[in-house]
Amino acid sequence: MSPNPPKKQYARKDFSSDQEVRWCPGCGDYAILAAVQRTLPSLGATPENTVFISGIGCSSRFPYYMNTYGFHTIHGRAPAVATGLKLANPDLDVWVITGDGDGLSIGGNHLLHVLRRNVNLQIMLFNNQIYGLTKGQYSPTSQVGKVSPSSPLGSVDQPVVPTRFALGAGATFVARSYDISKRLPEALSAARTHDGAAFIEILQNCPVFNDGVFDLITGRKTGPAHQLWLAHGQPMRFGTDGEKGLRMSPDSLTLEIVTVGENGITEDDIVVHDETNHSLAWMLTDLPGVVALGVLYREPGPVYDESVGKQRALAEERFGAPDLEALLRQGHTWTVT
Amino acid sequence: METSAASRAQPSPRETLDSVVIRFAGDSGDGMQLTGSQFTTATADAGNDLATFPDFPAEIRAPAGTTYGVSGFQIHLAAHDIRTPGDAPDVLVAMNPAALKVNTKVLKPGGLLVVNTGAFGKNNLAKAGYDVNPLEDGSLDRFRVLALDITKLTLQSVKGIGLGSKEANRCKNMWTLGLMYWLFGRERQSTIEWLHRKFAKRPLLAQANIAALNAGHIYGENAELPHGIGAYRVPAAKLEPGEYRNVSGNQATAWGLVTGARLANLEIMYGSYPITPASNLLHDLSRLKHYGVTTFQAEDEIAAVAAAIGASFGGSLGVTGTSGPGVALKSEAIGLAISTELPLIVVDVQRGGPSTGLPTKTEQSDLFQAVLGRNGDAPLVVLAAATPGDCFYMAVEAVRVAVKYMTPVMLLTDGYLANGAEPWKIPDLESFTPFPVSFRNDPEGFHPFIRDKETLARPWATPGTPGLEHRIGGLEKQEGVGHISYDPDNHHMMTKIRAAKIDRVAKDFPTASVDQGDARGDMLVVGWGSTYGAISQSVRTLREQGRKVSHLHLRNIWPLPEGLGELLRSFGSVLVPELNNGQLVKLLRSEYLVDAESLTKIAGQPFRISELVEAVQERLNRSLQ
Repeated sequence: MSPNPPKKQYARKDFSSDQEVRWCPGCGDYAILAAVQRTLPSLGATPENTVFISGIGCSSRFPYYMNTYGFHTIHGRAPAVATGLKLANPDLDVWVITGDGDGLSIGGNHLLHVLRRNVNLQIMLFNNQIYGLTKGQYSPTSQVGKVSPSSPLGSVDQPVVPTRFALGAGATFVARSYDISKRLPEALSAARTHDGAAFIEILQNCPVFNDGVFDLITGRKTGPAHQLWLAHGQPMRFGTDGEKGLRMSPDSLTLEIVTVGENGITEDDIVVHDETNHSLAWMLTDLPGVVALGVLYREPGPVYDESVGKQRALAEERFGAPDLEALLRQGHTWTVT
Repeated sequence: METSAASRAQPSPRETLDSVVIRFAGDSGDGMQLTGSQFTTATADAGNDLATFPDFPAEIRAPAGTTYGVSGFQIHLAAHDIRTPGDAPDVLVAMNPAALKVNTKVLKPGGLLVVNTGAFGKNNLAKAGYDVNPLEDGSLDRFRVLALDITKLTLQSVKGIGLGSKEANRCKNMWTLGLMYWLFGRERQSTIEWLHRKFAKRPLLAQANIAALNAGHIYGENAELPHGIGAYRVPAAKLEPGEYRNVSGNQATAWGLVTGARLANLEIMYGSYPITPASNLLHDLSRLKHYGVTTFQAEDEIAAVAAAIGASFGGSLGVTGTSGPGVALKSEAIGLAISTELPLIVVDVQRGGPSTGLPTKTEQSDLFQAVLGRNGDAPLVVLAAATPGDCFYMAVEAVRVAVKYMTPVMLLTDGYLANGAEPWKIPDLESFTPFPVSFRNDPEGFHPFIRDKETLARPWATPGTPGLEHRIGGLEKQEGVGHISYDPDNHHMMTKIRAAKIDRVAKDFPTASVDQGDARGDMLVVGWGSTYGAISQSVRTLREQGRKVSHLHLRNIWPLPEGLGELLRSFGSVLVPELNNGQLVKLLRSEYLVDAESLTKIAGQPFRISELVEAVQERLNRSLQ
């Protein structure tokens, strides 16, 4: 064997397991799976160092289809399992796969804490605004009025905005994309490069229980008028011909949609995206009439697993090599003869 | 107090006692736990055998002077081998009326009562519910009362040091300790050194506390004590030669886990959420980072166990510690570890239940939860420590079994073991056989659920290993290859295999044997966990009376040890004393079809030796009629 064997070039098939994919025909999850399997080799990932950890729900079957290490855990707890795994082996590339029910309902607590601790991993939250695996009940991201088996007169719950939850929890990376987007790999790549917890909301169509709920945003014709693709340092423009943009309203200090060239609005009035601006990111989470896509917020902070490792190194430096004999004798001892 | 004949033959200025039980009681803010632990150290130095029992309220600082704010610390010291903190105290130190009120009913008639009259003002008497001052109405005549204004004597002793009145007043526990040291012939030196260390940054406080300690001692030397109250000596006990220390159950558990992980050549990831009485495990382990320990204070009980499972998946030893309510929350995740067959240790420091129950009081009511408390057929290994020092050995055993069989192990201790201390002969670490884990790294023929023929354990293959990429989860797996399987026959088989794997662990345990007595007789007393000392002592007493009684103590709760059924059937009757409403007894009856009888106590307090002796006598006499 040569001292430096050439790095193996992995391809999509190296990341695909031999298991038959069992999502419903037309499910958005297929597109997300394909994007991940395509993207990972291009990012230098290796199957042996990559781990997918999921909770429960349709999306959480994801690990079975990846030829990497995988752990299909219990409902809502994937972030906690992933945190423990990163503490045991911080060198692993860990991806948490969750959904709107798994991550924001039963597992909301763990999502909060994995984000605020800033554990170095990626979290993909598939948001289809419905409970799929239990056959169609409304979820914590369903819109008010959603008619479902458990809300025959329409849901009266106020929905949670996933990206807003993440920002509120102290996430250092928040992005949004959608299942069939050609730009999903960009978001995956940016998330993987980020040091710390990277949160990506992926709008995902459930063709069986919530078909078309994102059509306005993801549709070929309607999309351009409803998608605002963010780029750091660039003015926030969108629309079929890029004629629209976001302006900071001087009256309400909120973002408003304007048309460049109308009512005296010029390019200079359009807000330039700054990924490190938390207040701006907050406003971008929930805009009226348009959905911000791409990286909403990115501002690195102390990484949990690194800090834990540093403390252990510090303890080793300060207290020296472990000595069990000494440990059992610390404090007061006496000898009986 | 047991007075030995030898001491009467040789008159000495101090009366010799074979054993004595002392209880310090006061307000939660009076420093009774510190006083008790200092007295413990001095007693260990004097070479006595000892056992302690701290008994404190759930409130951190309950309203001063109330009965529910009373904090107690009991110590049993002897010139011979003892196994419990003692039944009724021979000596009670009551720092206020509430402490007296709570404890008078347990003090032995003729016992010595040391009372701080300085705290017996109108207000405190009312708060304790006394209409009349009990020091004046003759209600304490059955005791030998030493009534002193400890508050005033303390203030005098620290006068001129320059403390505020509040701080000066707080030295009265040290004054009392000084007096007790004199009464029982203990050395002050270890406490003086401890005070210097404790108040290294506040030398005035050190000076004052030491002055109070010395003043209490001098008071004993000089004062004319009332008739019938003198000074005592408790000679050193004949302990097995060796190096000793005092150890509490939680401390021993933490050290046992670290030792076990070292023997397995693993690092520990301890996930925990603070809960009484298990929090000290988290505190102790968080100070041992340089021993290959990572601690994770999780957002909740579920995250704590889930992180431990994630760490085990990654090749560390995942451990979580909690008490009963925490185990309830962790149940689903423990099932995941059973289904994925990963090593995991769950330490359950039991407390009174159900629900929040009695957080600071001891109980053994999680046995069913440990053995049976999960959805589905979900067997795991359950171990139970018998004494504070035994927690060390059982923690090592928990690690050994978890990694050898790739299974969760639940280690049951309880509040009494966790907080109680006993002299502990420091184990010879060389005597433990290492059991280093070998992770799977050969891709040839690898499948995640191909089993070792002897142990039925599956291979431990960790992320990062090339060629062993695989997926595990809580869905049923196809035997061998581990893919998701809904096949009915496969599920039947996998359930049987999971059970068989745990059953096989019994072959790895010592076969059932009696701890004390013969292998047949009139009655077998079967205990488990922290009742060891009380049962052992009471069976010894009964055997001295000529009763054909034996004691068997289970440390392997599940699977039960081999040969247990035959032993149970070798006795005329079987009695199972437990600090619950009858749990082990039901397990024994269902497993072995024996007519075992239950003896229950669910009072948040350990068994007294006398109540066990009486219960056995009563049953044996009944069977003779």
